[in-house]
Amino acid sequence: MAGIPHDHYEPKSGAEKWMARRLPVIGLMYDTIMIPTPKNLNWMWIWGIVLTFVLALQIITGIVLVMHYTPHVDHAFSSVEHIMRNVNGGYMLRYLHANGASLFFVAVYAHIFRGLYYGSYKAPREITWIIGMLIYLAMMGTAFMGYVLPWGQMSFWGATVITGLFGAIPFIGEGLQTWLLGGPAVDNATLTRFFSLHYLLPFVIAGLVIVHIWAFHTTGNNNPTGVEVRRTSKEDAAKDTLPFWPYFVIKDLFALAVILAVFFAVVGFMPNYLGHPDNYIEANPLATPAHIVPEWYFLPFYAILRAFDGDVWVVIIASTLTGGIIDAKFFGVLAMFGAIVVMALAPWLDTSSVRSGRYRPMFKWWFALLVVDFFVLMWVGAMPAEGIYPYIALVGSAYWFAYFLVILPLLGVIEKPLPQPATIEEAYAAKKAKSGGGDTAATPAE
Amino acid sequence: MTMIKKLAFATATVLGLSSGAAFAAGAAGHIEDFDFSFEGPFGTYDQNQLQRGLQIYTEVCSACHGLKFVPIRSLSEDGGPSMPEDQVRAYAENYEVFDAELDDFRPAKPADHFPGSALENAPDLSLMAKARAGFHGPYGLGINQFFKGIGGPEYIASLLTGYTGKEKEEAGVVLYENTAFPGGYIAMAPPLYDEQVEFADGHENDLHHLSEDVSAFLMWTAEPKMMARKQAGFVGVLFLTILSVLLYLTNKRIWADVKGKKSS
Repeated sequence: MAGIPHDHYEPKSGAEKWMARRLPVIGLMYDTIMIPTPKNLNWMWIWGIVLTFVLALQIITGIVLVMHYTPHVDHAFSSVEHIMRNVNGGYMLRYLHANGASLFFVAVYAHIFRGLYYGSYKAPREITWIIGMLIYLAMMGTAFMGYVLPWGQMSFWGATVITGLFGAIPFIGEGLQTWLLGGPAVDNATLTRFFSLHYLLPFVIAGLVIVHIWAFHTTGNNNPTGVEVRRTSKEDAAKDTLPFWPYFVIKDLFALAVILAVFFAVVGFMPNYLGHPDNYIEANPLATPAHIVPEWYFLPFYAILRAFDGDVWVVIIASTLTGGIIDAKFFGVLAMFGAIVVMALAPWLDTSSVRSGRYRPMFKWWFALLVVDFFVLMWVGAMPAEGIYPYIALVGSAYWFAYFLVILPLLGVIEKPLPQPATIEEAYAAKKAKSGGGDTAATPAE
Repeated sequence: MTMIKKLAFATATVLGLSSGAAFAAGAAGHIEDFDFSFEGPFGTYDQNQLQRGLQIYTEVCSACHGLKFVPIRSLSEDGGPSMPEDQVRAYAENYEVFDAELDDFRPAKPADHFPGSALENAPDLSLMAKARAGFHGPYGLGINQFFKGIGGPEYIASLLTGYTGKEKEEAGVVLYENTAFPGGYIAMAPPLYDEQVEFADGHENDLHHLSEDVSAFLMWTAEPKMMARKQAGFVGVLFLTILSVLLYLTNKRIWADVKGKKSS
């Protein structure tokens, strides 16, 4: 495997040599766990471990939940109540699984915005970034289908609205929607296929995670300075890095334990805080809830979907130019998926040669505004589409696209970056000198 | 460690904002903040209150509403009304259930569930305390829910005490004005009155107390394992806090050489 030069595994005992000639799995594990890691990683580099842990948590709790769940429109809701009331520890399993989805998205958003700030998406890490975006898409699909399974009101109507998005695609939309649903409307066929795919996709995600890790183990981690680890020799590399074990494993586990303590407090004391009360009402195709609202982690993109109604000038232009093929509904769908596509294209839209936002005085502010924008969109996505809210959603959506399509390309040209340190070693030494080595911080903190 | 603070703040913001998802009713009614014994991480069900609530449910609500997801035996389980098993068996016999094997009705046994709603338009109450909410503010951010709870039982209690006495007729149906109900008018006639139910122990039975008791009971039917869950939460948080401290110290020691600090 290419990568930062370091000491590789050498089989010593007879048994190890026997194994290494046949399947070099010990060497693979050794090189993975001992990989040289930039020693200046800060606390924003802990989310990968959190995400890996949550994926495992979701798969394990999910497998046990499936043992008690019945994917049928007549039994799904009551089988969830059976889990909550009769299965030993079932209430805990279900609340862990439901809130685990929220933790998954808290972590993935922190992870993504970390990457956006420190330029982790830039060459040579584009493949890592793209795989990450695919994981994120698969996560959204999995979470959406999982939310349908309890067969509550919001499950049913959420499924109706979201699959309706595919129906907005011109020409093929209607057929596509019927094909996705397994019939003309959300029904038993929809529930069973969502159940099947909800079970399948996490394993696809697990596979993608392995590729994601493989990719960044080839390029090496990015780090807060954005300056690459020196690969000129093993000695130089060793000055910039520390082995993953034990330095980062212990650090990450510490962060994971703190986050899980908060997570357990949520699960134990307010497990329904992030959920929607309407989902405790069994699905009823004849009664539409007053407001159909997705889970919090979809809200920013839901806000973008709804922002573009028929009165917005870009929608009117698009509609006129295409002779009505792109109507307001389809435009909204394009905008929602487009919001993720532009993010995935960040490696090619960002023209700056400087990787880390730390040395980009203008970028910093635009990035901060993007984070604010994300939260504003999340809030407005939960509000009814009336009064001032659609305007806020429109401004927020416009900024999201402007950031990726206008600001990132322009900044690379007009911005004067600050001087970057020559090496990670130098940056680390400067930081150490500054902090005086006397405070209580345990690890390099941002 | 400012990053940790930032993270903590960001997480708090996410948690705060996100419950905006719980924002539902457009013309939501006014939800009174009742003080229930089971609120907060330390809150527990009041066994006597749940038993009073069961009596109110049985004498009043069950005439129209059902509890189809609740097994009658759970009345004797820990963390609920915890009634003696013989009492539960006697109580079960109040209900008639259809037995497919007998192809006939028979008196219910503890293993049976409560019957469903007798009236088609009366919703099942098993999960009502979790299917309703209040305290969505400020600005739909749901931060109030963080402090007051999601507001399900408060919604029920507010609804039961929220009748103004005004009525109107719409398409032959009488609607009753209610300050808690979304839209302001509800089809259910005022179900509870002062002193409508007499308790064996002479406990207060004005409308306010009755509403509170039956709401607490319905919270239990919706979340019968709440006490076990909170206990599991405590064990989890305690264990993970200790683990965090140990890992913090380990981490500090491992990095001491790299950072040029004396390990403590």
